[in-house]
Amino acid sequence: MAESHSPESLAEREYEYGFTTDVEQETLPPGLDESTVRFISAQKDEPEWLLEWRLKALRRFLELEERETEPTWAMVHYPKIDYQAISYWAAPKQQLVESLDDVDPELLSTYEKLGIPLEEQKRLAGVAVDAVFDSVSVGTTFKAELEKQGILFCSFSDAVQRWPDLIRQYLGSVVPYSDNFFACLNSAVFSDGSFAYIPKGVRCPMELSTYFRINAANTGQFERTLLVADEGAYVSYLEGCTAPMRDENQLHAAVVELVALDDAEIKYSTVQNWYPGDKDGKGGIYNFVTKRGACRGKRSKISWTQVETGSAITWKYPSCILQGDDSVGEFYSVALTANHQQADTGTKMIHLGKNTKSTILSKGISAGFGQNTYRGLVRVQPKAEGARNYSQCDSLLLGDRCGAHTFPYLEVKNSSATVEHEATTSKIGEDQLFYCRQRGISEEDAVSMIVNGFCKEVLRELPMEFAVEAQKLLGVSLEGAVG
Amino acid sequence: MLKIEKLHARAGDAEILKGLDLEVRPGEVHAVMGPNGSGKSTLANVLAGRPSVEVTAGKVLFEGRDLTELEPEERAREGIFLAFQYPVEIPGVSNLYFLKAALNSRRKHLGQEELDAMDFLTLAKEKAKLVEMDEALLNRAVNEGFSGGEKKRNEVLQMTVLEPKLAILDETDSGLDIDALRVVARGVNALRAPDRAMLVITHYQRLLDYIVPDVVHVLAGGRIVRSGGKELAQELEEKGYGWLTEDAA
Amino acid sequence: MSAAWLQELRREAAARFEELGYPTTRLEDWRYTNVGALAKTDWVSGEGRHDDVTPADLEHLTFPVFACSLFVFVNGHFAGDLSSPRALAGGVEVTTLSDALRDDPEGLRGRLGGLADSKRRAFAAQNLACFEDGAVVRIPAGVEIEQPIHLVFLSKPGAAPTDSHPRVLVVAESGSRATLIEDYVTFGEGEFFTNAVTEIFLEPNADLEHVRFQRESARGYHVSSLHVRQERDSRLAAHSISLGATLARNDVEATLVGEGAHADLYGLFLGTGRRLVDNHTTLDHAVPHTTSQELYKGILGGRSRGIFHGRVIVRPDAQKTDARQSSKNLLLSSGAEIDTKPQLEIHADDVKCSHGSTIGQLDEDALFYLRSRGIEEEQARALLTRAFASEVTDAIRSDVLRQRVQDQLLEILESE
Repeated sequence: MAESHSPESLAEREYEYGFTTDVEQETLPPGLDESTVRFISAQKDEPEWLLEWRLKALRRFLELEERETEPTWAMVHYPKIDYQAISYWAAPKQQLVESLDDVDPELLSTYEKLGIPLEEQKRLAGVAVDAVFDSVSVGTTFKAELEKQGILFCSFSDAVQRWPDLIRQYLGSVVPYSDNFFACLNSAVFSDGSFAYIPKGVRCPMELSTYFRINAANTGQFERTLLVADEGAYVSYLEGCTAPMRDENQLHAAVVELVALDDAEIKYSTVQNWYPGDKDGKGGIYNFVTKRGACRGKRSKISWTQVETGSAITWKYPSCILQGDDSVGEFYSVALTANHQQADTGTKMIHLGKNTKSTILSKGISAGFGQNTYRGLVRVQPKAEGARNYSQCDSLLLGDRCGAHTFPYLEVKNSSATVEHEATTSKIGEDQLFYCRQRGISEEDAVSMIVNGFCKEVLRELPMEFAVEAQKLLGVSLEGAVG
Repeated sequence: MLKIEKLHARAGDAEILKGLDLEVRPGEVHAVMGPNGSGKSTLANVLAGRPSVEVTAGKVLFEGRDLTELEPEERAREGIFLAFQYPVEIPGVSNLYFLKAALNSRRKHLGQEELDAMDFLTLAKEKAKLVEMDEALLNRAVNEGFSGGEKKRNEVLQMTVLEPKLAILDETDSGLDIDALRVVARGVNALRAPDRAMLVITHYQRLLDYIVPDVVHVLAGGRIVRSGGKELAQELEEKGYGWLTEDAA
Repeated sequence: MSAAWLQELRREAAARFEELGYPTTRLEDWRYTNVGALAKTDWVSGEGRHDDVTPADLEHLTFPVFACSLFVFVNGHFAGDLSSPRALAGGVEVTTLSDALRDDPEGLRGRLGGLADSKRRAFAAQNLACFEDGAVVRIPAGVEIEQPIHLVFLSKPGAAPTDSHPRVLVVAESGSRATLIEDYVTFGEGEFFTNAVTEIFLEPNADLEHVRFQRESARGYHVSSLHVRQERDSRLAAHSISLGATLARNDVEATLVGEGAHADLYGLFLGTGRRLVDNHTTLDHAVPHTTSQELYKGILGGRSRGIFHGRVIVRPDAQKTDARQSSKNLLLSSGAEIDTKPQLEIHADDVKCSHGSTIGQLDEDALFYLRSRGIEEEQARALLTRAFASEVTDAIRSDVLRQRVQDQLLEILESE
């Protein structure tokens, strides 16, 4: 008698990047007040206006916290976070160095283990990498090569020193410091992140990418990313994230701002694989992220693609403000929740300009006790003549203890708009699995084949190397899950 | 090749097979006929290892090995193929990709080299011609949006590509018009070989005009109640099952 | 009306309403609908006097009366002289709530207020505390009646803003089949507020069609809620036809608690002028093998605003649920707005659930085609709009009612 396998037995998963790196770290003791912010700002030798901006954000955050206005509308559940118990600064002792080859070998080997070699000889061809370790950037590859074309790509702290005017012009222009609870927190204590500026008419010749790594215990990571594509510019940007396995939950509250001027295009791809917690739901990252892009210019385009497999809780809604006439916003998402993971993710498409278009394609996969929510808003404002949106969100269920939820908000205030939304929920059936197995395909391969088929339309939006990575990740995330 | 002794099996709470005996030698084509609910599909599912069907007693030996010890995919790699009565749709997974994964799993198991995409495509196209299947269907998702006839052809296509030792056709003829039936039968006949056996499960004698069996069995009440040559099928067509099933009861 | 349990219930409801107050847009379920104007008005309880209403007026307001049963309520009070409560076939009983509470209060215990959650819903609490009268309908086991039971709720505003809180309780016993129409109309000028609550119990294998046909005048606020509990193999077809009132909020809530139960929810809402029409539906699949199908269509012109919020819940263990929801909306003018929020909450895995929403305009090609055949543009638009609505109206079983709904829709569209 064959042993009975069923999708219900999908449960456990392995986390490949759970190791810790043993480097000497400087860590700020837990706690959040003005001195914390002043310390961070001083570490980075920031100009006065930026410190002031941070302090305004801090005051706003403390006010919101006092009024207990931490958002509760998302379908995620977690014990109340004590924001005074988190350390807001952790950095490897050795600070920025001139050449990447001078970076602490421990750090270099960390990134190598993660598949992101930073040393000159081993670098990935065609991808420039900014490596962020806890609160700081440890280095950026291909910086000089890019600058020859006028492309600025470096850590955020570096950019504040070198191009303060650009930062001052754009920081907070898409996500104001007061935008929401977590954005406030980030604006007060953000430590580092990436900055890129693509000048007029330049097509960035390589993928820009940032690799985020949380290492230290009991610290939060609050990075800030700002990308500006000037008129007619194009850039494809990738972001990857991992963290060690730890029993405590760790907070990650990032802000990403994108600005696309006339005819510019930004493609932003994320493979998020923060530590999801163990199979009993212990530990894991709280990933509370605000990402927003402004299509300021005519015919500009911003495209978000995300593959979210990690984190204990994901709370993020990469959005597009379609301000310029004929601008285009896209959102492609795969979110997988296994074990006790929870995800509440989606997008906002705000149509302001004429003939603006948006597309939303969301694929949610729930296994084990995972809870997966799509939450999206499509808003067509009165002046957005001829706006169009198409949204599709599909959910796939593996097992009978998980959940899939869909909350699409459509708000249309212009009669020439066309908005369409479709959603389906289905499961991987016993019949499908048996059919595959009868053809000699193992159950694990069958599950991963069906899941990849389900996500295909989203995965093909990723740059090639990332797509392969993402497919593997989906496979790994469900591995051990079978049988 | 296949030896079944006193097989009892149940699906859910109901005992469906109640002491079934059957032996199939290499090169032979056996037809299993019987009224609805007699256990034909259960027999097919027992051989393929469907998890929801449970063997409660008896033996199933395939080339001398106890089949019930093996997982469904292991049986498939050993060379057992089931053409499903209701082929399953798998959205998003291309037919070609699926079939290549299946073939390579078998080749790997047999210690053969896995086929690369190009060689496989050539093979698949050649076999598609044999079952008169539109090449466009190869690139579509497995069975998704296929007509009933296309699904059945797809089953036969998979069978010709995988070249099993024992092919089980579970009512592959049901729902087919006469032209489709001919095409399917031609695909099956092309596979007849001295080292390959087939178990053709059908409700209608019609199929057996095209796939001529060596032995015909009548299944009723979970047991083989009668076996004979191909003329038995003819007799069933004329007289129905009544005269046999009464005996069984 | 003096049963102790009822007094207690009504006292609690009054206290609860006091506590909750009118909902604000801070509540997720009310985020698009501001009832501030309603909340600020001092409402006077409407009187049941109706010397000036003649049966001819009534016929004009509603439609040619069905062969049997017409029950008329004026400002929530039963108007016996306007009603024709002839004997109903098969022992079907329609009584006034006040009679039922006088004659057999125990028979209503657990039923009245048993479905409309007055702990959570402010308007349901208000109704429970304030209802004047209403109807109790019982369809005995195995009885099938063809002729609809027709309840007319007439708002007749007085000099001061007038409110009424009609209440309907329906028990469809096992194997019965019937159609119930709730018809909301206005007589006279003036401001008014109707707050209606209907509770329906469908016993095993019962089949009920419920139609709420609302076409109150432009100075009315209409808040209604329908709550249905469906046992094994019961079938519900609930139609919400919302054509009138300055602000209309319709809640429909069906809970499928028996295997094999099926619910069809249909909605048609029309916005003209500065009206607001808000529809909230909840389909709660609580057990395995239940199915539902939902189709809501909105037609919005002028500076009107439409809202559709459709919630589908599949409880853990409610395997084999099959739920399909569709919301389609037409925006006829540049000032009109629509907000839709379908919401699927699925806690079981072996289910088939889907929903779709579309927001668009009349097909310009079809419009041109009609005009090229000599049809006036306005008429062509009205025709196409009515065609858009027909997918919903076609599902109404009664020919007379279907025709009346279609005619009235066309009338309003052509007069705009």
